[in-house]
Amino acid sequence: MARYKRPEINLVPVPSPNIIPERDVGKFPVLEARNLGIDFGGLTAVDEFNMAIGCTEIAGLIGPNGAGKTTVFNLITKVYQPTRGTILLNGRDTLNMNTVQVSKAGIARTFQNIRLFSNLSVEDNVKLGMHNHIKYGMWSGILRLPGYWKGEKFAHELAMELLSIFDMQDLADHQAGSLPYGAQRRLEIVRALATGPSLLLLDEPAAGMNPSETDELMENIVKVRDTFQIAIMLIEHDMNLVMGICEGICVLNFGKIIAKGTPSQIQNNPEVIEAYLGKKKET
Amino acid sequence: MKKIRKTSYKNFLIYGFVILAYAVLRLLDGTVGISASLKGQLVPICAYVVMAVSLNLTVGVLGELSLGHAGFMSVGAFTGVVACMSLEAIIPLVPLRMAVSMIIGALCAGAAGVLVGIPVLRLRGDYLAIVTLAFGEIIKNIINCLYVGTDARGLHVSFLTNSDALNLGENGRVIIDGPMGISGITKVSDFTTGVVLILVTLFIVLNLVNSRSGRAIMALRDNRIAAESVGIPVTKYKLMAFVVSAALAGAAGTLYAMNYSTIVASKFNFNTSILILVFVVLGGLGNIWGSIIAAAVLTIIPELLRQFNDYRMLVYAVVLILVMLATNNPALRNLLRRVVGRVSPSKIAKEEPSDGQI
Ligand SMILES: Nc1ncnc2c1ncn2[C@@H]1O[C@H](COP(=O)(O)OP(=O)(O)OP(=O)(O)O)[C@@H](O)[C@H]1O
Ligand SMILES: [Mg+2]
Repeated sequence: MARYKRPEINLVPVPSPNIIPERDVGKFPVLEARNLGIDFGGLTAVDEFNMAIGCTEIAGLIGPNGAGKTTVFNLITKVYQPTRGTILLNGRDTLNMNTVQVSKAGIARTFQNIRLFSNLSVEDNVKLGMHNHIKYGMWSGILRLPGYWKGEKFAHELAMELLSIFDMQDLADHQAGSLPYGAQRRLEIVRALATGPSLLLLDEPAAGMNPSETDELMENIVKVRDTFQIAIMLIEHDMNLVMGICEGICVLNFGKIIAKGTPSQIQNNPEVIEAYLGKKKET
Repeated sequence: MKKIRKTSYKNFLIYGFVILAYAVLRLLDGTVGISASLKGQLVPICAYVVMAVSLNLTVGVLGELSLGHAGFMSVGAFTGVVACMSLEAIIPLVPLRMAVSMIIGALCAGAAGVLVGIPVLRLRGDYLAIVTLAFGEIIKNIINCLYVGTDARGLHVSFLTNSDALNLGENGRVIIDGPMGISGITKVSDFTTGVVLILVTLFIVLNLVNSRSGRAIMALRDNRIAAESVGIPVTKYKLMAFVVSAALAGAAGTLYAMNYSTIVASKFNFNTSILILVFVVLGGLGNIWGSIIAAAVLTIIPELLRQFNDYRMLVYAVVLILVMLATNNPALRNLLRRVVGRVSPSKIAKEEPSDGQI
């Protein structure tokens, strides 16, 4: 995000073998997964996962239930350490990083089953997203030194600004757990945005929303990308949303990528149709 | 900034309440007089209020169970008294000596908190409860075997021997005499010192909770996985809450010990830890008002019940059950909330789903 300073890394952009949008080719991709895989005991949940995301791309990750989509997010954010493969974030290897370091390096996410700080206020939830951008320590907080007032003023203003993107500024003082379902999902996105990510991962953002809420969400996702010039990767079962806003789509089935392409390529791919609808019985 | 003003207004209400209670008791004491038994309880009440408020930081705000809070009180009590006795010549001014002793007690208890916290708080689950339980017992046994004395050459420490092993010079005196604890303490704690410590504790706890660090601590309680996902280092903030809580318990220990002429390690046993936990749970997790009132009321009640003699503990238990029923009554809780308002979001978060369900 423009208001946060992030150390620049000077690396040579690599040409990507993937389907990133024209405008992002030549800049190095925000995320590159190479041969990523994880086993849970004997179960291979994800295998040979290769993908690159352009630095301002909206990418989709789809697939039937249990395909391993959420597991991919958990690998990228290091909730699970990959069994094999490499994840490059802005060209930097994330080997040995943990969840906190990955967050500081610029990946933010939402969760499939909402995980808010439900006893805290909406505003505090957003301020927690900016935790690492508010710079005062424990003693400034206890003794109310100038750093506290400066930090809290900055946090309050930015929180309100971010909440207003989703038209939630009036809910700032509400308890997060008491919000309706749709608002909780939006708050999770705002909280993730507040970390100032270069890649935002959304796990089924439209789940449980009605069609008009979903339309609004689509507009807002595009607006977020345009305003902050960040990449967004989303998992979604709502095909209207996926086909409507994603530029590149990756289809996962039984932990493996079965197709990659633009929305129109995916819609007409026989393997994808088979994965979703089942094999046509020969008569 | 509206919100900051609102929370600081609520905080001033608590400070005001404590100061008012102090003023009223002082006034009563000066005019009609208060019973000797209540008067004797004033400093212990202050110490227990500080204990309850500080334990609430670990149990209510951080959401980790600690069963050895009295252990930190013990560390603070013994180090504080040793400091106070050996500083007698250097700092003749009593309030200053008391303050310095409490700070030393707090620092030592805080250091103990770091020692316990660093290995344990990295783990997930209820390990803290088990380890703090053991810590309380270990501290008790260590102090029972500890001999400390002072003479012209400074402090002498001996472990697992007897007081002769201290090799004290002329005019030397034994301070901690193993299982006999410390005797011959000059009582320097008084009600005023106690109330000042309560106010300092409230200032630290309330300001911490309403700051960046406090938010992070509550975020860990509400949802550890989400907290990590926004870049909050878990162990750092767990340790912060736990150590601040331990340090405040240490200061309360010094205050408590300096109110008696004799103090022994077995005073700070498991029962004391549980007693303080009862204050916190009854007052409401995360509810600072509740901790203050529960600690004060539940310390006075056994004294008031002295006339019932044999039935004392029975009546105490019944009162506990009644209070528990009352505080869990939604109608009554709403009424209370409307009257006094909540300090910080209370209630421990729902059980976190296991890691498999991220
Ligand atoms: N921690 C874990 N331990 C063992 N198996 C796991 C674990 N996490 C996920 N799995 C397994 O990995 C597979 C993929 O799960 P995942 O949650 O990624 O699916 P998904 O594509 O997100 O499905 P949905 O659309 O239902 O959300 C499932 O078979 C699941 O049981
Ligand atoms: Mg999923």
